[in-house]
Amino acid sequence: MRLLIKNGRVIDPYSGTDETLDILIDKGKIIDIKPKIDGKDNKVFDASRLVVAPGFIDMHVHLREPGQEDKETIKTGSLAAVKGGFTSVACMPNTNPVNDNCGVTEYILGESKKHAIINIFPIAAITKGLKGEELTDMADLVDSGACAFSDDGQPVQNSQVMRRALEYSKITNVPIIDHCEDKNLSRDGVMHEGYYSYLFGLKGIPAASEEIMVFRDIILSEKYQSKIHIAHVSTKGSIDLIRWAKDKKIKVTTEVTPHHLLLTDNLIESYDTNLKVNPPLRSETDKKALLQAIKDGIIDAFATDHAPHTFDEKEVEFNNAPFGIIGLETAVSLLLDKLVHKNIISLQRFISMFSTNPAKILGLKNKGKICVGADADLTILNLQKDILVDTNTFVSKSRNCPFNGWKLKGAPVMTIVGGKKVYPFK
Amino acid sequence: MSFKHKHLLGIQALSVSDILTIFETAESFLEISAREVKKVPTLRGKTIVNLFFELSTRTRSSFELAAKRLSADIINFGKQTSSVSKGESLKDTVLNLEAMNTDAIIVRHSDAGAPHFISTFCRSHIINAGDGAHEHPTQALLDAFTIKQEKAKFKNLKVVIVGDILHSRVARSNIFLLSKMGAKVVCVGPPAFLPIEFQQFGTQIDYNLDRAIEGADVIMMLRIQLERQQKNSFPSIREYRNIYGLTEERFRKAKKDAIIMHPGPINRGVEISSDLADSLKSMILKQVENGVAVRMAILYLLLGGKDRETSD
Repeated sequence: MRLLIKNGRVIDPYSGTDETLDILIDKGKIIDIKPKIDGKDNKVFDASRLVVAPGFIDMHVHLREPGQEDKETIKTGSLAAVKGGFTSVACMPNTNPVNDNCGVTEYILGESKKHAIINIFPIAAITKGLKGEELTDMADLVDSGACAFSDDGQPVQNSQVMRRALEYSKITNVPIIDHCEDKNLSRDGVMHEGYYSYLFGLKGIPAASEEIMVFRDIILSEKYQSKIHIAHVSTKGSIDLIRWAKDKKIKVTTEVTPHHLLLTDNLIESYDTNLKVNPPLRSETDKKALLQAIKDGIIDAFATDHAPHTFDEKEVEFNNAPFGIIGLETAVSLLLDKLVHKNIISLQRFISMFSTNPAKILGLKNKGKICVGADADLTILNLQKDILVDTNTFVSKSRNCPFNGWKLKGAPVMTIVGGKKVYPFK
Repeated sequence: MSFKHKHLLGIQALSVSDILTIFETAESFLEISAREVKKVPTLRGKTIVNLFFELSTRTRSSFELAAKRLSADIINFGKQTSSVSKGESLKDTVLNLEAMNTDAIIVRHSDAGAPHFISTFCRSHIINAGDGAHEHPTQALLDAFTIKQEKAKFKNLKVVIVGDILHSRVARSNIFLLSKMGAKVVCVGPPAFLPIEFQQFGTQIDYNLDRAIEGADVIMMLRIQLERQQKNSFPSIREYRNIYGLTEERFRKAKKDAIIMHPGPINRGVEISSDLADSLKSMILKQVENGVAVRMAILYLLLGGKDRETSD
């Protein structure tokens, strides 16, 4: 049966649409969009007073499968994603075994198909075993379904290796995503280096460790005319560099996480390990620069860097806890409340950063837009809904979220993937 | 007298009046250690655990003697002789000890914030006996107590702290405490050990000891902590000694009645010449002696007497 979404405020940044429209869906595609479509013979959903947006895409998550199923699985991660309003996620390759070969990529896609909840786009490793030495078989991996390449938390240190990866990406035509960190500068660090790391007696991760690599990547991208995507940008210095690069029309894009936009290093006074994340929560100055960069359009996308860890792993001394914050179930409400309702960015820009832009960066042709022929992936938002973040209600396997107890306005209320309602759950 | 804290996790949470209360109490306990029978019944029936995940000579013995002189029962717990070496987590270790009905747990740990973490799930009073490069509040209290004995006041005293400031919990706690009490604290060391952000703690920083030491009332030397060092923080011990070692010649630039302090253990001939360490100007052993009285005061104020309303 066809699905008809009626009376919603349809916002599609791709075409600049913002009006009340009906959307007709058949066989996973949008087949008609008009002010009035006849409801006969169709299953109808009334979206009055709701916002209908192109499906949200989180281009930076860790699903932990294969290998770390105690933290998250493809299934639980998918459920968390659709509950949070996402219709697609791109998952990082630091699984066990590492996603550096077609077998693992195909396994992830197979599991994804089996559960049929959400679109999963595997990101494969740049180098074998994330060791930073030898390139993976990138063209083969793309044929198997890899949407991008990244060594994420084990970033490529050797600039020659990064150069080769960027050069080769002109054949594969998918982006290289870099977690920018000079590991010599950040070694043993557990939080942002600055006044608060000295105050709390914790080893710091300097802003320079990120900025040096951002600069390296920009220079390589310019020289070799390749696309580079800077993952989870976190410092003012990185923003300055990216702003400069964009002015020069260098092919650089970037993303930012909700936690870097909303939290700062001073909070670590509590030694709460749910605040331990890499890149670390930065200073107030950095946070302000990130917010300004969003206003100015320097940052392209939101991404959660959803990084699940078990309770026991986090219930330890700050130094011994793993890095990571989960974000799939909170990101949309957090940013609706703190950015849209606080008038930092428009709703249109919010939607483009969650949908249109990540689709563009990853080259997902039929996603990130609402038009006839596009995939019927839709995120439906209630801007006025009040919610309380309660980690006990999470469907993710993990609870490592620093926003527990926050009261927020605005939430995803329905998620449609491939024309099928996947959230609310039955 | 009021001291409304449940734990002693750091100097930062203490007010000037808390600190003066600790000093007055310590003053009254000094005399007990000089008696022939060095014991009072104040904390009879209380159970205290010395939970030391790092090696220690002074602090552990000092807490043990302080507890015993107040008639508390104290047991010593070390990393090497416990199930921690079998991989038991810090939380499980503490919960198991606490199941034996402890009243206070004294924690020494190599990770900053470990006592704070313990205090989130523990009923007992937690006393920080040094956490990583964060705080060592009882050391700072005994240092300041010693300074008060020698100099009578803190206002406008020039205290120079020399060495690896960055990795030193003693330096941090002393900076917080002495600044609170009105002293002028100057930190001296090589730049890798002295980030400029330390100025925001209300101290001056200087890379030149010869200049900084002029007019000093108190010189506090820190040990070069070889176990916490990263490569290339300074080129060699030889160069470090030449630039930052406390020698007779350098010491003469300080005030005539200046005193020398060191939290121990000292590296003789590295940060301080052997002769100075043993001289009359050196307070090193006085600090150790005062440590017992100050720790008795802490135990008494946290655990002592009737059930008091506690906060923190």
